[in-house]
Amino acid sequence: MNDSVKTPEPQAGQAGAAGARRVMLDVRGVRKSFGALEVLRGVDLSVRAGEVTVVLGPSGSGKSTLLRTINHLEKVDQGWISVDGELVGYRRRGDRLHELKEKDVLRQRTRIGFVFQNFNLFPHLTVLENLIEAPVSALRRPRKDAVAAAERLLGRVGLADKADAYPRQLSGGQQQRVAIARALALEPKVLLFDEPTSALDPELVGEVLDVIKDLARTGTTMVVVTHEIGFAREAADRVVFMDDGVVVEQGPPSEVLDHPRHPRTRAFLSKVL
Amino acid sequence: MGFTTDSAPPRAVVPGGGPTAPPAADPLAGLTVVPARHPWRWAAVAAVLVLCAQFAHGLVTNPVWEWEVFLSYVLSETIVEAVGVTLQLVAFATVLGFLLGALLAFMRLSRSPVLRTVAWTYVWIFRSIPMIVQLVFWFNLGALYRELGVGVPFGPVLWSVDSNDLIGTMGAALIGLSLHQAAYAAEIVRGGVLAVDGGQLEAAAALGIPRTRQIRRIVLPQAMRAILPTAGNEVVGLLKGTSVVYVMAIGELFYQVQVVYGRNGRVIPLLMVATAWYVFLTSLLSIAQYYLERRFARGADRTPPPTPLQRVRRFARTLRAAGADPLARDSHGRPGGTP
Repeated sequence: MNDSVKTPEPQAGQAGAAGARRVMLDVRGVRKSFGALEVLRGVDLSVRAGEVTVVLGPSGSGKSTLLRTINHLEKVDQGWISVDGELVGYRRRGDRLHELKEKDVLRQRTRIGFVFQNFNLFPHLTVLENLIEAPVSALRRPRKDAVAAAERLLGRVGLADKADAYPRQLSGGQQQRVAIARALALEPKVLLFDEPTSALDPELVGEVLDVIKDLARTGTTMVVVTHEIGFAREAADRVVFMDDGVVVEQGPPSEVLDHPRHPRTRAFLSKVL
Repeated sequence: MGFTTDSAPPRAVVPGGGPTAPPAADPLAGLTVVPARHPWRWAAVAAVLVLCAQFAHGLVTNPVWEWEVFLSYVLSETIVEAVGVTLQLVAFATVLGFLLGALLAFMRLSRSPVLRTVAWTYVWIFRSIPMIVQLVFWFNLGALYRELGVGVPFGPVLWSVDSNDLIGTMGAALIGLSLHQAAYAAEIVRGGVLAVDGGQLEAAAALGIPRTRQIRRIVLPQAMRAILPTAGNEVVGLLKGTSVVYVMAIGELFYQVQVVYGRNGRVIPLLMVATAWYVFLTSLLSIAQYYLERRFARGADRTPPPTPLQRVRRFARTLRAAGADPLARDSHGRPGGTP
């Protein structure tokens, strides 16, 4: 219904342009088990710079776990992940992979933004303090610069007047927009969204999706786990369908959503559409 | 369903309130509402007030209290100095106890099984020994280790000192109180940290905030909300617990009071002197606790409740407004601002 919004823009990462772009995120043969349960059973995924990838799939299919392995909140058991050519969580020396120390993992995470389902804003800090905390403490930015950047970002998500509010004084949609601004404050190379609208009242979903769509138009590389099929259709360059710990099918939204080849994709879409 | 307008029985109009439904449709409109009476509540209030009055009367008239003796000692130099010693003990034992306690708490929360076990064992042992037993132990440290030294473990000693010279009575008391306090503080801090939502640490980690900063800036301020009420209890307990060190002949409040009544035999008024000081100091601690809790509640409520001081000011303002403009008072029914 809103297909017309996605006009071909040079930096929007259309299939033709994206073909020439470098790979920003590379996931190869990733496996992950929790106890006896194997949640990821060999996942491959490649995202080019400026591309928006939407990951769909039934609950328990491993979408969130995949996202959490990308910024090393979960360690992988097998396979590897790299962001802009740099291995996540490991350093390669010759034919060995050395596990990184926590300090180096934290440094890597500043380049990988993460937006949580439950926002996870720091409730005892004001909105502005939430935004400048990581730039000042992790990137050692001067406080003044961090404040200026934070105010710009708050304007971008439409919350310039809420800088001094505490998170609990905001609605869910406003909190999630602050969380997105907080992730952007580190100027990450990749932005990961873990079901960003699942904890919101239905009438607040739109304002959050609008912010994400706006980011998509300005060429931010993003991986979005969501159940919002309409959003996938409108904003995604590529849709990835996961089930039972593997990528079942992927491609442009017009193919995966409208002409799914795999029966499992068809079964899932028939339930949610 | 009782609150829906169409199917509910007609409501009585609250006296003073404007009619909300069309008056013609409301057969109960205009009836007087009689509040429920509670005669037994009044009887209980009367009984309690009589008992309180009797007790107050006894305090004033019973000559055994010897209030003139109380007054001559309560601010005397000996007693005020003794209060100073008590305060020193409380301050040092609180700071050292909670610092060591926080360290132990994070050891117990660490991923290293060795650190976890050491911290658990510490808490187990120091919670098991009565404070007075431990204090006497430290007092007799010199008998156990005559010299304390620094050197290569199990090898030569590079520097050593006589343990009684190093520690002394006051030192022994401080060590005893602090180590005892640390065991309890460790559990309180651990409880506070566990009360912080796990998503907070995850968010801090995802933002790449350095580890120590995650603890200091994100976890501890939120943990303080759970820590402070119990910690307040502990500090008050410690204040009164310092009276136990009288066994080591340290001139703190209770010891000094005993010395005085041992000399002059005025037991009751001097116990009242100690009581008054303990109550006064506990009150100060309670006030400090109130404001600390308020500070760490930032962001927890949409609008923080006013402090008692703000309430008094607000009340005074309404009184003044009511005095200047009687109409203002009428329109509100009564002067507001009562807590």
